[in-house]
Amino acid sequence: MNDLLQIRVLQVLPLGWDLGWALILIPLLPLAGFLLLGLFGRKYLQRSSGILATLLLLSSTVLSLYTAYGYFFEFGKVDGIYQKIIPFQFTWLQFSPGVSIDMGVILDPISVMMLVVVSFISLMVHLYSLAYMKGEERFPTYFAFLGLFTFSMLGLVMSSNIFQMYFFWELVGVSSFLLIGYYYDRPSAVAACKKAFIVTRFADLGFLIGILVLAFYAGTLDFNTLIQRLTSTSAPEFQAAIASSFLGVSALTWALVLVFIGGAGKSAMFPLHIWLPDAMEGPTPVSALIHAATMVVAGVFLVARLFPVFSMSPPALDVVAYTGIFSALFAALIACTQTDIKRVLAYSTMSQIGFMMFALGVSGWGGENGLGFTASMFHLFTHAMFKALLFLGAGSVIHFIHSNEMKDMGGLRKYLPVTHITFLIACLAISGVPPFAGFFSKEEILLAAFNHNPAIYWTALITSGLTAFYMFRLYFSVFWNKEATVHGEHHGEGGFAMMLPLVLLAAGAAFAGFIPFGNFVSTDGKPLESAFHLQFSIAPVLLGLAGIFTAMWLYKKQNDRPASIAASLSGFYKAAYHKFYMDELYLFITKKILFNLIGRPAAWFDKNVVDGMVIGAGNTTQAISEKIKQFQSGKVQQYAIYFLAGVIGLAVLFIYIWK
Amino acid sequence: MNLISLIGLPLLTAVAILLMRNPQQVKWTALIGATLQFALAFALLFTFRNERAAGNEAQMLFELQYNWFPSLHISFHLGVDGISVAMILLTAFVVIAGVLVSWNVTKMTKEFYFLLILLSFGAYGFFISLDLFILFFFLEIAVIPKYLLIGIWGSGKKENAANKLALMLMGGSALVLVGLLGVYFGSPERTFDLISLSQLHIPITVQKICFPLLFVGFGVFTALFPFHTWVPDGHSSAPTAGSMFLAGISMKLGGYGCLRVATYMMPDGAKEYANIIIVLSTIAILYGAFATMMQKDLKYINAYSSVSHCGFVLLGIGMLTKTAMTGAVMQMVSHGLMTALFFAVIGMIYERTHTRQVNEMGGLLKVMPFITTVLFIVGLCSLGLPGLSGFVAEMTILMGSWQQPDTFHRVATIAACMSIVVTAVYILRAIGQTAMGPIKAEFSNLTDAAWNEKLAAVILIAGIIAIGIAPFWLNDLVSPAADIIMHKVAGK
Repeated sequence: MNDLLQIRVLQVLPLGWDLGWALILIPLLPLAGFLLLGLFGRKYLQRSSGILATLLLLSSTVLSLYTAYGYFFEFGKVDGIYQKIIPFQFTWLQFSPGVSIDMGVILDPISVMMLVVVSFISLMVHLYSLAYMKGEERFPTYFAFLGLFTFSMLGLVMSSNIFQMYFFWELVGVSSFLLIGYYYDRPSAVAACKKAFIVTRFADLGFLIGILVLAFYAGTLDFNTLIQRLTSTSAPEFQAAIASSFLGVSALTWALVLVFIGGAGKSAMFPLHIWLPDAMEGPTPVSALIHAATMVVAGVFLVARLFPVFSMSPPALDVVAYTGIFSALFAALIACTQTDIKRVLAYSTMSQIGFMMFALGVSGWGGENGLGFTASMFHLFTHAMFKALLFLGAGSVIHFIHSNEMKDMGGLRKYLPVTHITFLIACLAISGVPPFAGFFSKEEILLAAFNHNPAIYWTALITSGLTAFYMFRLYFSVFWNKEATVHGEHHGEGGFAMMLPLVLLAAGAAFAGFIPFGNFVSTDGKPLESAFHLQFSIAPVLLGLAGIFTAMWLYKKQNDRPASIAASLSGFYKAAYHKFYMDELYLFITKKILFNLIGRPAAWFDKNVVDGMVIGAGNTTQAISEKIKQFQSGKVQQYAIYFLAGVIGLAVLFIYIWK
Repeated sequence: MNLISLIGLPLLTAVAILLMRNPQQVKWTALIGATLQFALAFALLFTFRNERAAGNEAQMLFELQYNWFPSLHISFHLGVDGISVAMILLTAFVVIAGVLVSWNVTKMTKEFYFLLILLSFGAYGFFISLDLFILFFFLEIAVIPKYLLIGIWGSGKKENAANKLALMLMGGSALVLVGLLGVYFGSPERTFDLISLSQLHIPITVQKICFPLLFVGFGVFTALFPFHTWVPDGHSSAPTAGSMFLAGISMKLGGYGCLRVATYMMPDGAKEYANIIIVLSTIAILYGAFATMMQKDLKYINAYSSVSHCGFVLLGIGMLTKTAMTGAVMQMVSHGLMTALFFAVIGMIYERTHTRQVNEMGGLLKVMPFITTVLFIVGLCSLGLPGLSGFVAEMTILMGSWQQPDTFHRVATIAACMSIVVTAVYILRAIGQTAMGPIKAEFSNLTDAAWNEKLAAVILIAGIIAIGIAPFWLNDLVSPAADIIMHKVAGK
């Protein structure tokens, strides 16, 4: 064991960066919180658990920022190129020579960026939850689960080995399950958490088989080695993966598409998105953390991590691009019709992740070609800010009005001034109005699409107009429109703990766009100069404004225009309102096919045929014995005698044959 | 380390139990005995590791040999390799947990504990035997108490279940015995010694006949499809500790036998029949999982899920790669711990709610946080959550299976992979209906686990987590031994 636990230092880092400890503590602090609160929370830490968890996460966030600063400004860049650094790694489980699960940490621009995003958003959510979840009976359990999630997500983004990533991938899935099912006594929450887990598990099957295929051809599970072997055209591993094909598609493409299915499940891409809207059954801060900013972008991150390999297989990239753009449009259409504010945000998340996905799909490798990659990561970064903000704002609204339905809301700007302003900033950001963060990242995505594939570009343009429309539909319905009936005494906006995250995230949503993202994150580690084209921005911005003004015209004041438009589009509106009947389709497949056509016959077959044969064999023996020997049967000892007789008979036979 | 102590200790404990006068003394004697076994198993692990670290590369360590019956070539030959050590550790974990959860058995306490300890005696003996004759002797010792445990302390249609179980396990042992005799008479030299037999080249004709006899015979124990039907009935009628021993230990006797006796001794036979094994085990994996989906009784759920999980053990053996074989042993250990814990927690729930039907329960998380947390952990282990043992074992098997590059093996591996989704469906269904949802009024006053139950659960969970977060120690233990078996198969 000892030799295995030895930590392999691959690169000595500059003075002052005792990186090993800092890095290891980033995920371990939330884990410590999980263990501490999970084991002792209920008994000893009922009140202080929230503060404790928040402090642990604050330390994690500080360490992440410290790491990010160090990586981006001190030691990450060698000769103008950001390096992939593996500060340590140890063999966790050796399968065969060369193939092993190693637990390690990889530092490269995307993992460092994700460290910051995950720990920062998680910190905001912890802080917000202090007030939001106050008075819950299972307060410590809630923070324990948040800790488990944060640990798993940080582990996922730091993974240096594809199987290590799968390890944390599953842990992320289970923490999401636990948090969606937090209100375990509500049947709807139980159904939602099961659905989320099973749908993503189904997708993970693809990921797992994809890993098996990749490992088989690359002969390794280590990300760096794997990427090296599968991207150099002269490597025998690459040639083998290209040469062997199944159904006319190369093994490499198969492997990547399978891996992508896993990513699509976690990232709620069509048709594996059905769990995400239901996942809104969890507490709202959880939705902000898991189902908006972090876990759901794991699929994007996975594709980004394997992007060099993806770029070797244009068909696989096309799958990513078309799945992404279709999901973006599909979800945006549904979002326009939903009335539950969290569901609108859920579909909006799906749509925005679709943007990130197709941005990767239209990207190439190296230099200017890699614009889509940079844009996707940039959008991931800005989206985490404004979407977390939107969810936390929605949380404030729900906290105040005790309902998720838009019809119960309206005119809330008077009661919730801070929420109102921050929500507006987030809406402007997601709609791509300059100079808010979403504008910059979305422009880059559109530019990348424009350079690569006009069909995707035009669809994306329409979708971004729809985005502005449904977000402002939400905004005007909640904060303007009719006056909501506010019951007697209300408790305002929930105090400092709830306001601070809103304000900090709003600052992010407003200004994060000015970060020269291309300098830090690019396909090849070299700075990417993203040229800003004014004339190119005109169309998306105008479309966004058109969406906003349409929403204003329809929803700012109470009127019957929305109803009449819905009526005029009756068939389509109804289909979108019912989410294009995807749930019904799935229900049909699972209930009718899986349960009734496979499960039930299997159980019946076992009970009647297989077991029937055993009982039949027993009965036959009994009948024969009664007939021939007139024995009083039913005693096991007698069966034993028969067996013994048979044994002796066979023994005699053997002696006869081989003696 | 003297291996006699491993069988001597349970034997002494069993005798001591017979001498005790009241149930209280019996229980404490059993617990002390089980604790000593536990300590002994760890002592074995550490001395074994030290020997290996000191460079002792012998295949079997701590060998002992007494010429017992020279005229029939029977010798009392004991020895352990990594696989045996892993199985002995598993047995020790299950025994101590089984003794703890049976703390409230009032009916014929002395006889109950006597049989439990006797069973562990048989199991240890089986895992350290290197002579086929005494191996078979210990196998039978481990089987017979089962019949009594179910027939006397069981519930439901217990006589029927006990008969079916005894019939099928006896049938399995009979096949084993025939196979062993076949090997004895068919090998070039008359001997029952496992190691010598493996070095002699048993003629291919003998292997072709005896391998299936032995494999199916042992396979019955480990729920080889279609000889698995004793599993659901046997488990559902057995008392809690009985189920734990049955699934945690007895089913592993079969897997160990398939590996150590059938495959190691007759590698050519293994190659001959490998594809059939793969087909049957893949069927068991998927079919067991789908059948589980339709079950409503918690014990049936775990029993059918055991069929599915034990299918992985046989799949790992049938794949004939070192990695898959290592995974098979890991899966035996993992499944043994997990399923024992699952049955223990089902017993705890049943004692309180007096039902095992999942649709009659709900919301138990509210009144029994400890027990339902254990249920969550064991369920998550069953569906292969990383950090728990099931993940490690199943992934090792799948990685090993994928090393076989032809379509047949690929299809079997993908089919086996699919079970992870079905497993998730039935586990979440069971947990969701039992622990979550609104609580029923009649259950709102139930109490949580008592000290003995908590201790049993904690011990088993510790084992599950120890494998789940640090699998390298188990891998180090098992994989050299699997390598030796694979060398035989590869004909080196």
